[in-house]
Amino acid sequence: MAHGIAAAGHDDHAHGPPKGIVRWLTTTNHKDIGTMYLVFSLLMFMIGGAFAFVIRSELFQPGLQFVDPAFFNQMTTMHALVMVFGAVMPATVGLANWMIPMQIGAADMALPRMNLFSFWLLAFAFLLLLSTFLMPGGAPASGWTLYPPLVLQTGEAFPLAIFSIHLMGASSIMGAINVIVTVVNMRAPGMTLLKMPLFSWSWLITAYLLIAVMPVFAGAVTMLLTDYYFHTSFFNAAGGGDPVLFQHVFWFFGHPEVYIMILPAFGIVSEIIPTFSRKPIFGYEAMVYAIASIAFLSFIVWAHHMFTVGMPLAGQLFFSLSTMLIAVPTGVKIFNWTATMWRGSLSFEPPMLFALAFLFLFTIGGFSGLMLAIVPADYQYHDTYFVVAHFHYVLVPGSVFALMAAVYYWLPKWTGHMYDMTLAKWHFWLSAIFVNVLFFPQHFLGLAGMPRRIPDYASQFADWNMVSSIGAFGFGLSQLLFIWLIVKCVRGGKRATAGVWDWPHGLEWTVPSPAPYHTFQKAPEIL
Amino acid sequence: MPEGVSELSREIYNIHMLMLWICLAIAVVTFGAMIVAMIRFRKSRGAVADQKLLHNARLEATWTIIPVLILIGMAIPSVETLVRIEDTSGSGLTVKVTGHQWYWQYEYLGSGVSFYSRLARKSDVARQRGSGVDPATVENYLLDVDKPLIVPTGVKIRLLLTANDVIHAWWVPDFGMKRDAIPGFINEMWISVDADKPGTYRGQCAELCGADHGFMPIVVVTKPKAEFDAWLLSQKQVAGATLAATE
Repeated sequence: MAHGIAAAGHDDHAHGPPKGIVRWLTTTNHKDIGTMYLVFSLLMFMIGGAFAFVIRSELFQPGLQFVDPAFFNQMTTMHALVMVFGAVMPATVGLANWMIPMQIGAADMALPRMNLFSFWLLAFAFLLLLSTFLMPGGAPASGWTLYPPLVLQTGEAFPLAIFSIHLMGASSIMGAINVIVTVVNMRAPGMTLLKMPLFSWSWLITAYLLIAVMPVFAGAVTMLLTDYYFHTSFFNAAGGGDPVLFQHVFWFFGHPEVYIMILPAFGIVSEIIPTFSRKPIFGYEAMVYAIASIAFLSFIVWAHHMFTVGMPLAGQLFFSLSTMLIAVPTGVKIFNWTATMWRGSLSFEPPMLFALAFLFLFTIGGFSGLMLAIVPADYQYHDTYFVVAHFHYVLVPGSVFALMAAVYYWLPKWTGHMYDMTLAKWHFWLSAIFVNVLFFPQHFLGLAGMPRRIPDYASQFADWNMVSSIGAFGFGLSQLLFIWLIVKCVRGGKRATAGVWDWPHGLEWTVPSPAPYHTFQKAPEIL
Repeated sequence: MPEGVSELSREIYNIHMLMLWICLAIAVVTFGAMIVAMIRFRKSRGAVADQKLLHNARLEATWTIIPVLILIGMAIPSVETLVRIEDTSGSGLTVKVTGHQWYWQYEYLGSGVSFYSRLARKSDVARQRGSGVDPATVENYLLDVDKPLIVPTGVKIRLLLTANDVIHAWWVPDFGMKRDAIPGFINEMWISVDADKPGTYRGQCAELCGADHGFMPIVVVTKPKAEFDAWLLSQKQVAGATLAATE
């Protein structure tokens, strides 16, 4: 109690953060760390995008024009690793840092020093991962799934890649522990779990997924390491191991991992659609239970990524049926969002535009996901561009659009300035159109028989590849508008009010914009 | 997706089309509701939010149960076909397929006939960076091999798949199936091409297997049974002669 009084006294002569670089190296403030995560993820989004640009340029027409096949494989591998672990996941962590304390009425994250440590671990992990391009033999080229025995043909980059994955995992686990401890212990009095905003809910469940599967991934890559250096035979048939064992362990991590990337997106959309429908979320409790059941199901569907490895019939049936079940809670979410708009009063500001695009385009990714769950059809789809189209639909107009919606939703709260609405709408329409030009034709390519991860293709695939590449260039360039808009908004603009939007709901809209360096040092009253 | 040239591939194609139509129907209903909401309940048209519409147990139960029923409807044909796919019994010919970095090897078990199948020379020249050859001028660019796999039509053929180095996957879309070739293990699959469909069918390796993953195509020529038997006999004699010569 004495400590509490001392803190309150300290508050009277509140000082700001130190100036310059020292602020960012030493800060333990959740808002600063959140900002660092978000900027980091934007940087990685650009680097991963540059890799995608190389891929789509090479695939613009048949024949090899720009890169060798080996380098092409490094591009596909690094594009995936950077986008998954460097762009999407850190962006959701950044949002968690900024918004969870403000949504639940806490003064900061529960473990501020660990918070900073987990950020810098991540930054160094990526320095290490990107440095593999300079190693003899180049960066890893086995696909982000790192299947042995192929991954064991990696050159000097191998231990660096494994170690950077260990660091990323440690960073994620720390971030997840922090979220759980914060949400469980630091909610303002009266903020019961079932009053908590859905974004915080979605992150609480995501954090449990992270803690459950990141160590599994670390274990899997460590076994690769010992197979490589110490002649163990976990994945080597000649020594009694099995290459498919790695795939099972990897996807036991990998499937929950894709929900780690989408559940926070669900939370974001559940915040935005009510705001711009001027109506509370429809079926709040059902939404919470739907997230929880999706998280549970994610642990029992992993082998649907590997139907072609020659599993017993019973195994294939189990994984096919359990996968189809995921459509039920996901459907509940889609229907509840639609019902939230029903009899609402809708307006279409940039966050709402991105959330609506999410609603339509994520659903398309859901349909192709359902088709992939049907084993006989999967024998045709597996490892083709149909799969590439599927997971890009759920990740780009799914996760990434939700993250952009979140930026457009909370940016005035972060910077204290309104952004350029016209520019934001341009960014939205260009992104929404080009993302479909980019990924929709990939469905056709897959069905026509084009395997994924090839640098060159037969003539009959030429037309749709060219269309897809044009979409990619358009989509990539549109993102420069996004960066320009953010820079503009940070530097100035119309003053934002505390509520920012027409029908704000939630604690984050009760504090001024920009949010003060310290918020809720006295717990707010929850009615 | 090609309808293909076997009973299985047609069954798989039909399942695919059924799924596609069901998804389209669901899309029309859900996207329709979203679009209606976006048009009818615009603030700019004076819509006022009904803030009491918070949940509706009957409605929520309905949109949980109906999807379950649709899923059951989808699962039934899929399970039936899957059971048939997994039944490799009663085959008339067994071919062992081995994936190598980066070519295939075919072995007609019990006949001593075995050969390698690599990317055709013309494609291999054209695909080099800066080759100066326009891929459009190469017939069946990247989908042609020096020596195709030859199998009889109308016979259930069992393929035993394995690999020598890393994991590969054998896939010919017209046969409806793909399966991984895993070093140290043997996978099974079967194909049976319609008796009236002799022809040439093309596919590719479908599991990332290193730098030249995109350059190890699969070509299968199907011949009527009698023609195939004659071909296999001639191959046996060649194999025998080679063996004798080396001894």
